[in-house]
Amino acid sequence: MRMFAAFIIWLMMSFSVLAVGVDEVRLSDPAEEARAQNIMKQLRCLVCQNQSIVDSDAGLAKDLRIIVRERVIEGDDDQQVLTYMTSRYGDWVLLKPPFDGATIVLWLSPFLLLMIGFFVIYKNQTARKTTGNSVPLSAEEKKRLKSLLKDKGNK
Amino acid sequence: MIVEIGHYALILACLLSFIQGTFPLYGALNNRGRLMALSSPAAYGQLFFVTIAFASLMYAFVVSDFSVANVARNSHTLKPMLYKVSAVWGNHEGSILFWALILALYGAMVAFFGRNLPKTLHVRVLAIQALVGLGFYLFLLLTSNPFERVYPFPMEGNGLNPLLQDPGLAFHPPLLYMGYVGLSVTFSFAVGALIEGRVDAAWARWVRPWTLLAWCFLTAGITLGSWWAYYELGWGGWWFWDPVENASFMPWLVATALLHSAIVVEKRDTLKSWTILLAIIAFSFSLLGTFIVRSGVLTSVHAFATDPERGVFILMFLFIVIGGSLLLFALRADKLTPGGLFAPISRESMLVINNLLLSVAALVVLFGTLYPLLRDALTGDKITVGPPFFNIAFGLLMIPLILVMGLGPSTNWKRADLKGLSSRLSFVFAASVVVALALFYITSGNDIMAAVWLGLGIWLLFSTIFEWAERIKLFKAGSLKRMGRQPRASVGMTLGHLGLALAVIGMAGTSYWNTEYQGIMSHGDTVSISGYDLTLKDTDGIIGPNYSAVRATFDVSKDGISLAPLSPEARVYLTPPMPTTEAAILSTLRGDLFVVIGEANSEEYDKWAVRLYYKPLQLWLWLGVAVMVLGGLISLSDRRFRMGSPKGARKA
Repeated sequence: MRMFAAFIIWLMMSFSVLAVGVDEVRLSDPAEEARAQNIMKQLRCLVCQNQSIVDSDAGLAKDLRIIVRERVIEGDDDQQVLTYMTSRYGDWVLLKPPFDGATIVLWLSPFLLLMIGFFVIYKNQTARKTTGNSVPLSAEEKKRLKSLLKDKGNK
Repeated sequence: MIVEIGHYALILACLLSFIQGTFPLYGALNNRGRLMALSSPAAYGQLFFVTIAFASLMYAFVVSDFSVANVARNSHTLKPMLYKVSAVWGNHEGSILFWALILALYGAMVAFFGRNLPKTLHVRVLAIQALVGLGFYLFLLLTSNPFERVYPFPMEGNGLNPLLQDPGLAFHPPLLYMGYVGLSVTFSFAVGALIEGRVDAAWARWVRPWTLLAWCFLTAGITLGSWWAYYELGWGGWWFWDPVENASFMPWLVATALLHSAIVVEKRDTLKSWTILLAIIAFSFSLLGTFIVRSGVLTSVHAFATDPERGVFILMFLFIVIGGSLLLFALRADKLTPGGLFAPISRESMLVINNLLLSVAALVVLFGTLYPLLRDALTGDKITVGPPFFNIAFGLLMIPLILVMGLGPSTNWKRADLKGLSSRLSFVFAASVVVALALFYITSGNDIMAAVWLGLGIWLLFSTIFEWAERIKLFKAGSLKRMGRQPRASVGMTLGHLGLALAVIGMAGTSYWNTEYQGIMSHGDTVSISGYDLTLKDTDGIIGPNYSAVRATFDVSKDGISLAPLSPEARVYLTPPMPTTEAAILSTLRGDLFVVIGEANSEEYDKWAVRLYYKPLQLWLWLGVAVMVLGGLISLSDRRFRMGSPKGARKA
């Protein structure tokens, strides 16, 4: 799984990941804070790999957390905060790719692949059923069959 | 001098692999006994010389010979000995040499254990193994030579990434590589069989132990890495769907499918060409994983450009191995006679569904991993395919898989009686639904998906135990005797499925019920989380061999009863300078209490950044995987599957 070299590369890139990212400024209303945290979980730390801004202590992630909390205080709903972030940083900032024309193939890939798989299996099975295991008789076998049938007819 | 001997030995191994990969192959075609006789000695010789090469590189690391560029880049005199040794495979060149070593080891094992194989098949399998090896030797010698000297040499090395200085990660790559490379044997058998034009039950019986061995290593290796990430990275996650993890998970999925389809070939002599294809794909994934990760193409599309030599070699090598074997498959697959027919409801069908779901899952993971790359290359748009995508797409595929897993072992070969099957298992199914709903109710219904996943885990647990109980006729006279007489392969199957059931329950618990606290604490502060009270008692500065650290001591109590204190550390390594966290974890079957401490706040005295997590059932995940691997090993010890056993001793 984790091969070393790649790890070294990305950990060097984002080594501040490891420090414990705890913000001193938190929203006073626990419900609002929980909502902010939930939004942060959906946003990518821009300099780390596959890590949300909640889990990262990169400086940039901290800045993004501040922005999210600001938007939440301003009274934005969850979707508005996310839209605000994508308008600034693009779809790249979303950990979950949006479902749109460009990503439809991605989102539907499990279903498409499953359908193709089922189709191939179905085709294969029906083809096997009609031909079965039978191997066509060779000329010699046909002759022998014919003579056997003839013998029966004579008796 | 020793380093030059290693370099020379590597060149000799390369030449031997060329000999092993060509002359015997020609000999097998023209029935020349003398040429064929070259192959086993060449395989042993290859192992001998690669071992010398590897040992001399290890020597250079142990004595910290910084005149070797690779050692200077990746080692340091202050490092503990274990990490000097593990640094050998902790870098690009060394890890590729390690690959080559394991490849040669497997080659020699095939040469030794396969003596009873039909001569031509044996020779061909070894030849393919050698040709794959040849690619690796050339890659090493031409683009990634670990023995390169540097002059003037530095007095001190650069050190190894501190995160990698951990016993878990010292042993993670060897296990993983044993798994990756183990699939090369299955691959060589598949290609060998395609050249021979024959696949039968005997072939499947030869292939299964190798697949099983690779699978056990792969499972253990992946999990060790995941466990390391859990306790070392410090935010309590154990799987991130990052490309490096996916690179190892895809071969695992395909190997799991292969393991099951090989059973069908063995028992029922059908699904042959599919099994061959799976064997090819499984190894292709492990090559792809190794190289894609190595080339750095996943962190950036532009990585290829920075090191075109390696990139081009990798592309060519992948093209030849994967393309060549698939071409051979396309040309020869129809030569394989189709075997027995089976009804839509039968053990075979269940295994076909298993194969379909696992293969689709592997492809979806591949697609999700490469999608941002493809999109960036085609349109220049940057997009992230993060864990939420994989959790949804992969999770959806696993739901039917686990449902079928519960049914499969109770289903008869060829044609099963649907009525009988449902009447036997509907009770088990109902029981699992009831238990899942009850748990959902008790936990005050926070998330319906938690109930779904727990229910699936419980269904798998119950149905596996039920099938086992039926098989040994539990509670009837002589059931103990029957239990002892079960073939080890079926004991292995039961344990494998049982292990997955435990792991699924663990995953559900830790994913859906975890609670966390993060905040700033001072001495004497107490925080409560999931029934535990933690008090920050003390903080001490400590000095390790190559790091300095702050160690915090938390007093832990539950319901007023004190437990052993927890001591997480925040370390700063010296070379390279880097902060890391050492989590303190209290593991119980109920859940893990996980404590991480950060650096002191620089502006104010006595303020400590603290993260606490409570991860219910986390231990079940690790235990479950351990049971899975145990099942694999028990199955491997079945005498019918001794590697290269000429014929099955008896039918099950």
